[in-house]
Amino acid sequence: MRVIKCRKISSGRAEGLSLFSPAPISFFGTIDPETSVVIEKNHPLYGEKIAGKILIYPTGRGSTVGSYVLYGLSRRGLAPEAIIMRDAEPIVAVGAIMSDIPLVDKPESFDFRSGLHTVVDADRREIILT
Amino acid sequence: MYLTNEQEAILRGEEGWARKKCLEIIVGLGEIYGADRLIPVASTQISGVSYKTLGEYGLQWVESLSPSRVAVPSTLNPAGMDLSLWSEMGVPEEFAYKQMRVIRAYEKLGIITLCSCTPYLAGMAPRFGEHVAWAESSAVCFVNSYLGARTNREGGPSALASAITGLTAYYGLHLEENRKSTVEVEVSASLVGLSDYSALGYCLGKMLPQDIPYLKGVSNFGVEEAKALSASAAASGNMALYHVEGVTPEAEKSNSYGLERHRVDDKDLKGAYEELSTLRSGRIDLVALGCPHTSLTELRAAAALLKGRKVSPTTKLWFFTSLPVKVLAERLGVVREIEGAGGKVYTDCCMIVAPLERMGFSSMAVNSAKAAVYAPTASKVDVVFTTFEKCITIALEGRLT
Repeated sequence: MRVIKCRKISSGRAEGLSLFSPAPISFFGTIDPETSVVIEKNHPLYGEKIAGKILIYPTGRGSTVGSYVLYGLSRRGLAPEAIIMRDAEPIVAVGAIMSDIPLVDKPESFDFRSGLHTVVDADRREIILT
Repeated sequence: MYLTNEQEAILRGEEGWARKKCLEIIVGLGEIYGADRLIPVASTQISGVSYKTLGEYGLQWVESLSPSRVAVPSTLNPAGMDLSLWSEMGVPEEFAYKQMRVIRAYEKLGIITLCSCTPYLAGMAPRFGEHVAWAESSAVCFVNSYLGARTNREGGPSALASAITGLTAYYGLHLEENRKSTVEVEVSASLVGLSDYSALGYCLGKMLPQDIPYLKGVSNFGVEEAKALSASAAASGNMALYHVEGVTPEAEKSNSYGLERHRVDDKDLKGAYEELSTLRSGRIDLVALGCPHTSLTELRAAAALLKGRKVSPTTKLWFFTSLPVKVLAERLGVVREIEGAGGKVYTDCCMIVAPLERMGFSSMAVNSAKAAVYAPTASKVDVVFTTFEKCITIALEGRLT
């Protein structure tokens, strides 16, 4: 078990399997809002579904409409369980808070991979990998 | 971050779910930007109003905040249609139905349904040094630069959160030290009409997307010129503040001594017109003026040019403005003159957020670099960016020659 300290942006606690992207994600463009599948060609997660995962990626980009896309995914039950970012940006932060999705950033080390059981406890500012 | 006892109580949900969520948004943004506290705002201006940009889930979010009410005077960005004349515009009925749901949802929150990108021309002008939370990028750039008010470039949801809480996080352009010029730009290009100021803004935003330029050599800089330059600089870059030597209120204390120097000349301006025009000749379906919303002065100038002439039957000439400006133009007979020549004056909307792609238009002439930047992707139309006078000529002849 590994405990990584981090910063809280959106509160809550969630657990699930990690899905790690070394490349940035834009909720307006990278993700299909109807299915939660990564549709951006050449993206390292192309074809993966983000629903129900602990989504980990470095930074975000794109239009502020992205906040509403994340909110829409959550209303349809297709949102990630929690989000870990190297550096959070306003679009995903606002979307996560609107949707009650735990979001943390600035982990002590940004050393992750996909498929690990991961707990995000935003209020205790902790990521736990088992 | 320091929070007052009252703010802590709101975060515990003691004033209801909507105020809790909205304050969480403000605090979350403050965390990201390293704010040490929250400050009150005097007004907000909210984007995400056209159903075309807001979408079904954005609408559900706005509806979910009811019965909460806004804490400070708040207005809206343009909607996707004239709220009264949408049918005449040719807006599909099912779009109009959803658009009215959006307007009603905002109205329920106590928001003033002035749908305009230029609320500062319609009775909503912040004073010098006042902290506000505005979202429309052209209005943000205008009130920071020309009026000396203080706002960051808010997104729709964060401006709405500020409206409900009356607060924003204290960071970015709210802080004195972040409002100083970062580069100097010598403008040697000759600036004749409004579209030249629009082209200049486009060049600045593209050249210096993250900077606060100190402009030298810009004269005749009135409200319309500032409106045009602010809009395009904010569209081609992230520009939210500039200073104009001898004109804007914070220019003097933000001198450019020792800064990196740039230059914009006639060739740069000419390049902007060419780069932004996807059409060189041929039939034009729509001549659309009012990005940002036209002032009374612009409507009067158009009426004078149109006197005794007729718009081509194959082309539409539409002006977009705010409701208060149109009411005044009606009183002065300006709307009658424009309509007599075959033009139309619409309120509450614009050529970018209206669903043009579903209204049968494929080519458009504009005098706004901002409209030219967005039209090909947002509205799927080909575009020509040219002067105000040339736009009127195109409307009369029905084509670009």
